[in-house]
Amino acid sequence: MNGMPHPYALLAEVTHQCPLHCVYCSNPLALLGRQDELATEDWLRVIRDAAGLGVVQVHFSGGEPLVRGDLETLVAECRRLGLYTNLITSGLGLTESRARSLVSAGLNSAQLSIQGDAAESTNLVAASKRFDKKEEAARIIREAGLPLNMNVVLHRMNLPRLDAIIDVCVAWGAERLELANTQYYGWALRNRDLLLPTKAQLEEAVGVYKRRKAELGERMELLWILPDYYEPYPKPCMGGWAQTALTVAPDGTVYPCPVAAEITTMNFSSVRDHDLAWIWSKSDAFEAFRGTEWMADPCRSCPRKEMDFGGCRCQAFALTGDPARTDPVCMHSPDHHLVQDALVRAHQADVAADGETIREELVYRRPHGSARGN
Amino acid sequence: MDESELTAIPRLATKAMLRHDSVRGVELLLLPERVVLLNKSGAAILGLCDGSRTVRQVVTQLEQDFEVADLTNDVMTFLHDARERGWVVVT
Repeated sequence: MNGMPHPYALLAEVTHQCPLHCVYCSNPLALLGRQDELATEDWLRVIRDAAGLGVVQVHFSGGEPLVRGDLETLVAECRRLGLYTNLITSGLGLTESRARSLVSAGLNSAQLSIQGDAAESTNLVAASKRFDKKEEAARIIREAGLPLNMNVVLHRMNLPRLDAIIDVCVAWGAERLELANTQYYGWALRNRDLLLPTKAQLEEAVGVYKRRKAELGERMELLWILPDYYEPYPKPCMGGWAQTALTVAPDGTVYPCPVAAEITTMNFSSVRDHDLAWIWSKSDAFEAFRGTEWMADPCRSCPRKEMDFGGCRCQAFALTGDPARTDPVCMHSPDHHLVQDALVRAHQADVAADGETIREELVYRRPHGSARGN
Repeated sequence: MDESELTAIPRLATKAMLRHDSVRGVELLLLPERVVLLNKSGAAILGLCDGSRTVRQVVTQLEQDFEVADLTNDVMTFLHDARERGWVVVT
């Protein structure tokens, strides 16, 4: 493994089951069912192999990871191996006794998502009426002695409410709030025309973010995840392909990032067939875009190639059908018009449409063929 | 030097975890969404912040362990920074 990077983090997507139906979910459109999920023993092996590879942090995500009754067993194994554990949750299904059992298993922290500052936002974006459960989950997390981190995905419908969203997180006792502008993969890409904000909306929100960050100081850490469609250069996605982290999907397929399942032209291996070390260091998919050798121009001759690594391979594929192209977000990309066109189209959509009209047009995250599927 | 700063008791924040990384041969500070690579002295200081020692006792211990004198300023500067970053709480 000479020169081979060691991953720091494992994103363990233990299930695609979720009580919410968020229109910007980064899970693939083809959601996996319970029958596809890895068994407890498989996950324990994945965790041990990940630790051997150099992973020091495990983020339990999904779907809603609390759906899995064996989460405590997995957390306990992480604790035994000295791995830091983080629960990424919608908060639905988090009871006081569940929080206690997770903490005694060794859980180190939790990240709770909200969709906005009030019940209407959860209803509109996630097709759920359980905003009350989120406030309760925040209290349960804090009372269990865990640091409360919060996350909100930002888009056209909730950006104007940014001040109120920050107020809610302060009131609930969050230590840290990630303001994650929507990244357009999975369900978010499907709903892009309705989610993309206007430039004016974003500029106003950046003003709110900066003012509140200065006001809050150490009380609550605010993070601004850039809306990359409006950036001149692409994001250095995951610190480069297969460099710092890996994702294991509910069925055991291993990806260099949480949305790489979308690259349907690539063949990703599963922990059911190969061990994790081989997948990380030897598999074709992980080797494909590691480093800078794979790049063509304009990336190859670009002075920024070690800064942004050509941007996001998944975005390149989603927009152009070829994962080896420069991320179209980049102003030097020959495909940059694809991003520009999306912005123009989004601005032509009716920004002032009322909730009911938007609701009818949004595609909610649901398993294919489910009763209320879109 | 403010006397009260030397009698304060620093403790690693609940959300933070120190560990030796045998794969990379380094000392790490693990936080909810972050991994911090520590240098040898940073790891030594944080390792003593267990809520049982005053800053003065941390300094004395480090001076013994490393067989050097006058670490007070270095330790105070590091702890001030660590506190601002939320790695350490002081009581």
